Amino acid sequence: MTEKLLLAHTSKRSIFPGEFIYVSVDLALANDITAPIAIKVLKENNIDEVFDPDRVVLVLDHFTPNKDIQSAEQCKFVEAFAKEKRIKHLFSPAGGNMGIEHILLPERGLVLPGQLVIGADSHTCTYGALAAFSTGVGSTDFAYVLAEGKIWLRVPKTIKVIFYGKRKKYVFGKDLILYFISKIGVDGANYMSLEFYDRVSPPLCMEERFTICNMVIECGGKNGLFPYDRITEEFVKFHSRKKYKVYHPDRGAKYEDVIEINVEGISPQVALPSLPSNSVGVDKLEKKIYINQVVIGSCTNGWLYDLKIAAKILVGRRIHPDVRLIVIPATQEIYRQALKEGIIEIFTNAGAIISPPTCGPCLGGHMGILADGERCLATTNRNFVGRMGSTNSEVYLSSPAVAAASAIAGYIISPEEIKK
Amino acid sequence: MKIRGRAYKIERDNINTDEIIPARYLNVSEPEILGKHCMEGIEGNFSKKVRRGDILVVGKNFGCGSSREHAVIAIKSCGVKAIIGESFARIFFRNAINTGLPLVISGGWSKEISTGDTLEIDFEKGVVKNLSTGKRYTVTPFPKFIQEIIKNDGIMKYLKNVKRTETLHTR
Repeated sequence: MTEKLLLAHTSKRSIFPGEFIYVSVDLALANDITAPIAIKVLKENNIDEVFDPDRVVLVLDHFTPNKDIQSAEQCKFVEAFAKEKRIKHLFSPAGGNMGIEHILLPERGLVLPGQLVIGADSHTCTYGALAAFSTGVGSTDFAYVLAEGKIWLRVPKTIKVIFYGKRKKYVFGKDLILYFISKIGVDGANYMSLEFYDRVSPPLCMEERFTICNMVIECGGKNGLFPYDRITEEFVKFHSRKKYKVYHPDRGAKYEDVIEINVEGISPQVALPSLPSNSVGVDKLEKKIYINQVVIGSCTNGWLYDLKIAAKILVGRRIHPDVRLIVIPATQEIYRQALKEGIIEIFTNAGAIISPPTCGPCLGGHMGILADGERCLATTNRNFVGRMGSTNSEVYLSSPAVAAASAIAGYIISPEEIKK
Repeated sequence: MKIRGRAYKIERDNINTDEIIPARYLNVSEPEILGKHCMEGIEGNFSKKVRRGDILVVGKNFGCGSSREHAVIAIKSCGVKAIIGESFARIFFRNAINTGLPLVISGGWSKEISTGDTLEIDFEKGVVKNLSTGKRYTVTPFPKFIQEIIKNDGIMKYLKNVKRTETLHTR
């Protein structure tokens, strides 16, 4: 299916895995960290024109609301560029248009099935959930796209991944992708495309598909996608009125490998430091892992759906007095909805701190940095050494359900335990 | 294109871009500042120990994680001229090639290299010589298209020098 999507964006008759091709880009994305370098690259090369200002999205989300003077300067620099080049989509705290890019774009209906999206952010692979081809690149790549509207890619080989079987309670998309990465390894899908099939009962919802595609980069994948179906259609129709073209996988398509995963045996997962592939069942933890902080949010798990899962566990309860619980609704819209539905109240009553939409602590930016020796359980995507602060701090990864339960207990625990 | 330099080895797999340059320094993009903090999390004083013209030798999946080009900028700013790795993460690979930092994918033989060895890389022929041990290794040269980008010191200059002939790109 990836090959079909790529082919549709070339002027060629056929393409094959391993081939270097140039593809036209439908949507190009960058943020407050990657855009400044790209803009500098354009200036250094005396390139004044942007290929299509309507197809460029700039999201100031990593260090916003500006965490320090330098971050403020970077945002100012990007905003000035956006204004000068009449970039159609600029999202920043200004005007309340704030949000984490990979949740904001689908929410605003900016990514559609069949599109080719290039983003200067590694988690751009998230949009594969919409049956689009999308992949992350660096700043110079983004600058090149801004100039040319095209990018060079090597056609990837594809691995077919089928999730099937009845899932346990409290097992979500996050648990499936953590489990998958633990089986395949952090470079198990390097340079490859992953094509996911949902034969799980109950089926994966759109938010869970986004979570799964979001973490494809954590096993090295170029892109990951779910073929278009009723669930995709429902989401897209709700968020956009624009027309789009759907590409379905061919019946006789060739795959590098087919991996079938029976989800019946999978328990809620937790990825131990310092690689996303260090995932184990929470019920398999041998001793109590005490935590100082819990973060619920990020482009991986910052959807309203995720907040609801956490709120359901936290309702009527208080978090452990030694734990800081930071909840980050991914966009202003999600924040508003969460307020309306009483979810924010559940969180604050439980003792949580609500942060404005930002990538913030996920990458050790701001709003929840860890001290020496501190430990955090987060619904984010990376648990690398020093990712959230001190190089002597630790990050564990899980679903919002495990995160909420653990915030109550003070140590990492299965939601099943807390309900007792 | 040939490069000769001293080997500087970091014997580890999965070195991610958060380790190469932590996010707390991403509020700037000046090469000198980024260079000073290069590898801070794993190799204390890397920027002082590494010498201008060195060839970095690393393990598997180097540069995984975040797409931050700051990682490549930091490494280049320390004077590293090329990297030999058993394998590279996809986005890091692109960033390095796009900004004219040549890479060699060794597969495994680079384990035999020690810090301080003098290495010579011939990119067209796909040959790496360890002049200190006398060993010679062959690698599959990159496709012409990638070699052209490296020769032109990155994709932007390539765009300027080679122009936009799609037929050439897609060969």
